[in-house]
Amino acid sequence: MLIPFIMIFGLYVHFHGDYGPGGGFQAGVIFASAFVLYSLVFGLGNAIRVLPPKVAYICSALGVAIYLGVGFLGIILGGEFMDYNVLAYSYTGQHYGIIGVELGVVTTVFGVMVALFYAFAGRRRVDS
Amino acid sequence: MTSVEFVDVVLLVLLAVTGIAVIRMRNLFAAVMLAGIYSLVSAGLFVVMDAVDVAFTEAAVGAGISTVLLLGTLALVGDKEHKPQHTAVLPLIVVFITGGVLVYGTSQMPPFGGVDNPANQHVAPYYLEESYDATHVPNIVTSVLASYRSYDTMGETAVVFTAVVGVLLLLARGPLPRRIHHDGEWMTVPPGTTREALLEKFKAEAEENAPSDDGGGGGGGMDGGGGGLDGGSEGGSR
Repeated sequence: MLIPFIMIFGLYVHFHGDYGPGGGFQAGVIFASAFVLYSLVFGLGNAIRVLPPKVAYICSALGVAIYLGVGFLGIILGGEFMDYNVLAYSYTGQHYGIIGVELGVVTTVFGVMVALFYAFAGRRRVDS
Repeated sequence: MTSVEFVDVVLLVLLAVTGIAVIRMRNLFAAVMLAGIYSLVSAGLFVVMDAVDVAFTEAAVGAGISTVLLLGTLALVGDKEHKPQHTAVLPLIVVFITGGVLVYGTSQMPPFGGVDNPANQHVAPYYLEESYDATHVPNIVTSVLASYRSYDTMGETAVVFTAVVGVLLLLARGPLPRRIHHDGEWMTVPPGTTREALLEKFKAEAEENAPSDDGGGGGGGMDGGGGGLDGGSEGGSR
């Protein structure tokens, strides 16, 4: 029941990083915690069906690529690397740039936390 | 003592007590919970110091994900810590000496957050004054983190990714169990089972059930569940 609200809260934290506390790292962890909650409630098998581990690994690499992509977008649009001012007219470019790089951070942190959770949760206990 | 200092002292005392309790507890489950409390109290300290972004991150990572991962580890290694085999007198002396030297060293520092501090004279006023004019982003922490110092955050993201690559190199044990849909119900299949092996198993079960067709509907469903359980125990013994 809570899981969609947690996800929306994570998105809220991400998009309001400009105006209130928050930003990429917090939003990524909140997203991952929504997913961990799903896995606790519905079982690891269902969680793996929803989000296979491969997707989590891809996400963690994709976030770094998105971050660099925003930087290269600055070059493509005529400015320097990671120049936010060319992304849009006037100061909106800063907002676009910040939300873009934070999206990269969110994706990486989400992928990392889910991958770590799978690495620990899928193992059987070794009785000594 | 002002009220802010009183809250600071209370939180720091709580922090110290929780830290000592984490070290002294033999039951690791309680120690993990106390570590989560430690993280939450330090998040409170950050809020009192007006560092809300840091407090947010500390609460989310330390009291949230970190506790979950530590509990996952506990499920694997058991939650009783062995009694230590040596008394830690010499390390305690070293720690006390180091702590004493640190306290002596920091007693000469200017008050925390003072306006005339040398640390607050060069870059900090620049950010505070110029940030909104240059970027129109109200949250100065975000504008410094993601705009002025965007390279550093790029490096941080790459570090997080590298950390997970390192952990997965050490810990990932191969594929996880899969769930498949067969005969109208879901069953869990151990990792590494190929599709051909599954198809053969289902065909063999169908041939078994074909003669006893009168109770076939319920029997087929039960055998599907039994086949799944057999597959699970096979995976366990492997």
